[in-house]
Amino acid sequence: MADLTRDDVAHLAGLARIDLSDAELDRMVGELGVILESVATVQQAPIADVEPMSHPLPLVNVTRPDVVRPSLTPQEALAGAPESEQQRFSVPRILDEE
Amino acid sequence: MSTTTGERTLSFDEALASFDPVMGLEVHVELGTNTKMFCGCPTEFGAEPNTQVCPVCLGLPGALPVVNAVAVESAIRIGLALNCSIAEWCRFARKNYFYPDMPKNFQTSQYDEPIAFDGYLDVELEDGSTFRVEIERAHMEEDTGKSLHVGGATGRIHGATHSLVDYNRAGIPLIEIVTKPIVATREKAPEVAKAYVATLRDLLKAMDVSDVKMEQGSMRCDVNLSLMPRDGDTFGTRTETKNVNSLRSVERAVRYEIGRHAAVLTDGGSITQETRHWHEDTGITTSGRVKSDAEDYRYFPEPDLVPVAPSRETVEALRATLPEPPAARRKRLQADWGYSDLEMRDVVNAGLVELVEDTVAAGASPAAARKWWSGEIARRANTEGEDVPSYAARLGVTPAHVVELEGLVTSGRLNDSMARQAWEGVLDGEGTPTAVADARGLELVQDTGALESAVDAVIAANPDVAAKIRDGKVQAVGALIGQVMREMKGQADAGAARAIILERLGQA
Repeated sequence: MADLTRDDVAHLAGLARIDLSDAELDRMVGELGVILESVATVQQAPIADVEPMSHPLPLVNVTRPDVVRPSLTPQEALAGAPESEQQRFSVPRILDEE
Repeated sequence: MSTTTGERTLSFDEALASFDPVMGLEVHVELGTNTKMFCGCPTEFGAEPNTQVCPVCLGLPGALPVVNAVAVESAIRIGLALNCSIAEWCRFARKNYFYPDMPKNFQTSQYDEPIAFDGYLDVELEDGSTFRVEIERAHMEEDTGKSLHVGGATGRIHGATHSLVDYNRAGIPLIEIVTKPIVATREKAPEVAKAYVATLRDLLKAMDVSDVKMEQGSMRCDVNLSLMPRDGDTFGTRTETKNVNSLRSVERAVRYEIGRHAAVLTDGGSITQETRHWHEDTGITTSGRVKSDAEDYRYFPEPDLVPVAPSRETVEALRATLPEPPAARRKRLQADWGYSDLEMRDVVNAGLVELVEDTVAAGASPAAARKWWSGEIARRANTEGEDVPSYAARLGVTPAHVVELEGLVTSGRLNDSMARQAWEGVLDGEGTPTAVADARGLELVQDTGALESAVDAVIAANPDVAAKIRDGKVQAVGALIGQVMREMKGQADAGAARAIILERLGQA
């Protein structure tokens, strides 16, 4: 991913629902490029003898019984929402895609 | 974009003359667990908005998901029932996307390590043949929240000013069952699709892992369809029609998309890979969003959950809990009940298997159980738009009523037409069959003298017919029986009347 293109950034912005101006796109190509380059350092880690892992602990099958525990009240659930209406989270207009 | 008029379609026959359909079916099933997939919130349908949410399913910082043990067991059982291999070790993955139906901005799913894979489900078709649908995978994931779009016309997202989200459903355990491409079905494609979903529904219901109510969304079907040139071997571009949520719609959606694809391709156009929305009212699909590539979801292993690694002992123990497969069960019941293929199919299609089974268990003959549950009550249920079991349950009509009704006939108190009246009384809420018979004065006349007099009178009034019967045309007796029954005001045993007539005319 060394050569991040302007099209890559525009595509990512679209997936993230972020509207970027042309000037912002140009700037982000540069800034994201620097970040990727920095992170790319981890590719030099000596991992030839290391198994891939997705969790630091060698655990499997950690489950809980299917027993109901108290939920939040709707007031608690909505407390952090910038907007709510009809006991629901109010979100900006969803893009006309569905 | 209009959602009321469809695009050009070719007729089904025209389409099949040039193309072979290829289908892929994705069925999402909400498990009937008490709690969500990764937290202890309840899963009741229809609860007040945002009353079944917690920091885990709201994706609040620091919340830690833990897998529901019963959901994993159900997933393994479903995999086994679909003749799948069960993974010895598999993980959850984050499917990243920005849409407010998931507050976490990702859905916890499984990606390249599904819990179950490589199976099949045999489905029976109308003509009695069996079609094997190959299963690609069954994986665990979580359901999304429900959005309400405000400000646009009739709750549609188009033109809405903002949306309101209820996260009660977010996090409910889902199993997604994906078929391999279903090929070589030709004109049976719509029927195979419907039969597959119906068979899967019956199987999951028998396993008691989900209430599989398509109308409530606890079972949902996405239909992938593409066409390839007749006898070709390269699949065409597919479309994915989402949320086709009744058996009839599955069949119709396949049929519609075959006609639509064929028209586009015949006109020299190309199919766009996209999701399509199914419109139940008009029976058409309309364009949805262009499908994201898998890489746009930036799947990666879920770091907050540890792998699921069911031991082979656990898997075998779960296999032992599987019920008899519905198809095998139907075959066994058909043999037990002595039904013809057609009779059994009617009983199955009307959803009467359990009712008949309960009724036979309660002491009725299989013939009586089938007769009474598929007669007047089925007609009335159909008028009400309900299936017989739920209609009967609502009316409080039970297998015991059928047993009692049959008893009234076999004991000689009621003939068939009286029994029908008694049954109508039961359905009208007048009480048990005996109570209805008492109240309506339904009682066969047991006085053979009266019956014999009626027979003699009818023979005397119909000398021509009587002569025919004397000459051996026994089938003419029906006309006389009808008149005798009228004479007796219906309160006689038709069999006894027939015997007396034949005896009088020397044909006994």
